[in-house]
Parts: sequence; C-alpha cells; structure tokens
Amino acid sequence: MAYIEVEEGVPGIRSLFNFRPETGKPLCELAELLLRGPSPLSSAERELIAAYVSNRNGCMFCRNSHAAAARCWYGDKKDIVDELLQDQTANSLSLKMKALLLIAGKVQVSGKSVQPEDIEAARKAGANDTDIHDTVLIAASFSMFNRYVDGLDSYTPTGEAAYEEMGKRMQTKGYHI
Amino acid sequence: MAWIDLKNDLPGIRGPMIYRPDTGAILNDLAEALLHDENNSLSRGDRELIGAYVSSENDCFFCQNVHGAMAGYYYEKDMPFIETVKKDFQQADISEKLKSLLTIAGSVQTGGKNVTQEQIENAIKQGATDREIHDTVLIAAAFSMFNRYVDGLNTWAPQDLQVYVDRAPMRAREGYSQAGLTK
Repeated sequence: MAYIEVEEGVPGIRSLFNFRPETGKPLCELAELLLRGPSPLSSAERELIAAYVSNRNGCMFCRNSHAAAARCWYGDKKDIVDELLQDQTANSLSLKMKALLLIAGKVQVSGKSVQPEDIEAARKAGANDTDIHDTVLIAASFSMFNRYVDGLDSYTPTGEAAYEEMGKRMQTKGYHI
Repeated sequence: MAWIDLKNDLPGIRGPMIYRPDTGAILNDLAEALLHDENNSLSRGDRELIGAYVSSENDCFFCQNVHGAMAGYYYEKDMPFIETVKKDFQQADISEKLKSLLTIAGSVQTGGKNVTQEQIENAIKQGATDREIHDTVLIAAAFSMFNRYVDGLNTWAPQDLQVYVDRAPMRAREGYSQAGLTK
C-alpha cells in the first residue's frame, strides 16, 4: 500500500502520474526526451544508464522496467543488461559506455563526487560534451524518479512478465501520460 | 569551470538549461508546477524552503541559495533565518506541520526507501494532506535531481548571497516557466 491514496493495482510511477497529472506531464516529457529524444547515445545505452542508476538506488520498479526496456533495445545483445546489473560492469560494453557508467554511478552518489579525471577518462574513450551532459542528466533524473517511486512506497509488481510487457511498451510507445 | 563547454557563462542550472534548452524547458515546467503554481495548499514559501533544505543537505551552494532566498522573500525573512532552518529545523521558528514535512524531505534526500510509516503518520497528525505529502516527496526528489545536475557538471555559483536575494522578487513575479532560458 502506498503512503498516499492512489489507484489500487496501478504500478509504480504510473499511479503517481495519475494522482497528480500536473507534475506527471513534465516528468513524462522528461523521460521521453532523455531516453528517446535526440542524443548521441542510443536508446539502448540510455535505458541501460537508467537501469544502472535505479539498481544502485535499490529501486526495483525503475530497475526492472528500464532493464526490460534496455533488453528490448539491445535485442540479440540483451545479455549485456543483466551482466551489468549483476556485476556492475560488462565486458562487452564499449570503453566509452564503461566510462559514462562510472560518471553516472558517481552522480548517483552525489553531483560533487564527479572528478575531473572521470571526465578526462570519458573523453579519452571518445565521449563528447553532449554524451557527458546527457549521462549526468539521466543519472540525476533517475535519482529523482527512484526517490519519487520509493519515497511514496508505490506499488512494485513482482514477476518478470509484468516488466517484460512494460519494457516492450516503453520501447514501442514511449513515455506519455 | 563546468566540465563541458556550455557555450554560455550563466551560473548554476541556467548554464546547462541554455546549453540544452529542450530539457531546460521541461525542468522549468516541473519547477513551476511544484514551486510556483498557486493551486497548492502548501505556501510558496514552504515549498521553496523544502527545496532549499534538500539542496543544503546535498551541499549544493547554488540551489540552496536561490531557493533559500525565494523562501526568505515569501516569508519576509532574511537569509540568516533560512540558515537556522537549514542547520536545525526542529529548533527553528516554523510550524510543527512544516517540521514533519521537512523530516520526510530529509529522508527522501538520503534515499526514497528511508521514508517511514511513522514519518507519514506524524505528518498526517500535524494536518498534512495526501497531496501535501506527495508534493513534499516530489520536491525533495526533484531537488535530488537539480542538485546533481548543477554539481555533476561542476557549474559555477555566485558567492555573494545578496545576488540571490536581489533576484528573488523577479523570480517570484515571473515564475519558473521561462526562467533561465532568456537572459
């Protein structure tokens, strides 16, 4: 049971969007733009950053749903998602993605933990300003989404099937209120 | 100096908001709905104070002073008063209800799962509604984002607190919808 009276059975952040659509609208738009809008990072990579940050925050709803979306985007290479979430790294990731995930992990802890050498390492691995900007904002926004979902103790479905369905919808339809 | 070339020299979140105006506009819409929209039983001052408190806990100089100055403007209090709230709100001259909401905001700042049933019950006992609890959690969560965006890119912040105090009346008048996206 969530801490506030939201519609029964509606999972996670969706129930909160319904409770307060005035804030749900910009939150959906932000997710849509950051994860599916223009970026040098692919949607697979951006969903992976979202799942990674959510995993570190222990937010199971966001972790499972964005991991499911990342698996859809990665297709044949979907094993990369579980490898990363289980081991905190994945051999098959590019050096650039490894460096960006390191920055995302620092942002998850706090903005100030990002060090000049982290940025330097990302640049050496081929990341440009936009890659770095988008990584920081995705990690920051999931520091918000995770707290929103868990801070109100919203309903977190269990079982892979529910998330698989969600992941497919997130890939094909995106984020809309 | 910011870690990336923001192509402008504006302070704090205004730098990356102009660098990427499409996300900037949405972040402004969120701030407007949470902090400035009049259709809310929490006062603008209370909502700004929650933002300032979370930013202070995150040690984000820019955000805690922008929003501390905003709270001070609405409350007609000076910056030293805001400092006493940030330092120890339990002892500050604010309502018990606001203290119960700041307690929840403080838990959200450290992690969503740290909010407890007792904290929620206490807020309800002090008269908080579901919508006020919702907004408190989302304001605290949103500042967990804004603070990380500002500091994760290493943006610069004016050190003179008067700068923040002087801008507050204009921001209160205009709101956040267009904030930072125009000079």
